[in-house]
Amino acid sequence: MFTTYIFYFLSILAIYSAIMMLMSRKPIHSVLYLTLTFFTIAGHYILLNAQFLAVVHIIVYAGAIMVLFLFTVMLLNLNNEERSPKPGWIKMLAILSGGMLMVVLVGIFRTYDLVVSYNPHLTQIGLVKNLGKVLFEQYLLPFELASVLFLTAMVGAVLLAKKEQI
Amino acid sequence: MQNIVQNIQTLPISYYLFFCSGLFCIGVIGVLIKRNALVILMSIELMINSINLLLAAFSAYSNDPAGQIFVFFIMVVAAAEVAIGLAIIVVIFRSTNSLDIDVLNKLKW
Repeated sequence: MFTTYIFYFLSILAIYSAIMMLMSRKPIHSVLYLTLTFFTIAGHYILLNAQFLAVVHIIVYAGAIMVLFLFTVMLLNLNNEERSPKPGWIKMLAILSGGMLMVVLVGIFRTYDLVVSYNPHLTQIGLVKNLGKVLFEQYLLPFELASVLFLTAMVGAVLLAKKEQI
Repeated sequence: MQNIVQNIQTLPISYYLFFCSGLFCIGVIGVLIKRNALVILMSIELMINSINLLLAAFSAYSNDPAGQIFVFFIMVVAAAEVAIGLAIIVVIFRSTNSLDIDVLNKLKW
């Protein structure tokens, strides 16, 4: 009962801030609304008892990726360019196709029900200890390859963004 | 405290299905509507996040930790992709002084 109210509150807040992200004129407002969306999604992770994912989500998305976006907007001074809108009919078509995608997805998912459903607050698979065991026993190779991926991304980003030396 | 935690009921999975579909479609609309390359990148991040939440929900309800591990790796890839994407946007802005995709639609500037 209480869970349902929290879910509705977080969902409405998430969808509201996602729509406001699309409707704001300045990019800095879009970044801030997206940060609010990420916090509501972290709330959803906590509702699912996915504690590790909730904390990692806040650290990675709200703490690193959004900070990157904010730095880019502020350092490149991208905020004073208020976008000139696309033609009205293109916007209508885009909203229509997005709406049709939503209708298709809702039509698919309406009659779906899980056969066996566990309560994640009883099975506790979202805890750091249990996830850590699975991560380091079964998925050790992707874990190590992720570090190589990060090294590649760092080298690439530095190489791309540095100024040409004459 | 443990009693409170264990008494939290689970919602039917369809709640999460509809909510994540809605967020995904808002992301799709964002990619199609916006002209600023930065906001398009943010809409793609919104789509990735909706999928993350759905994967975590299914993993929690099916008692399979592989879903949440997969979400962890998706976050890894998304972080790397945002870093590279923003570096590309910085380079584009530095050389052409515009981030409008209707202006930047030529392959060679």
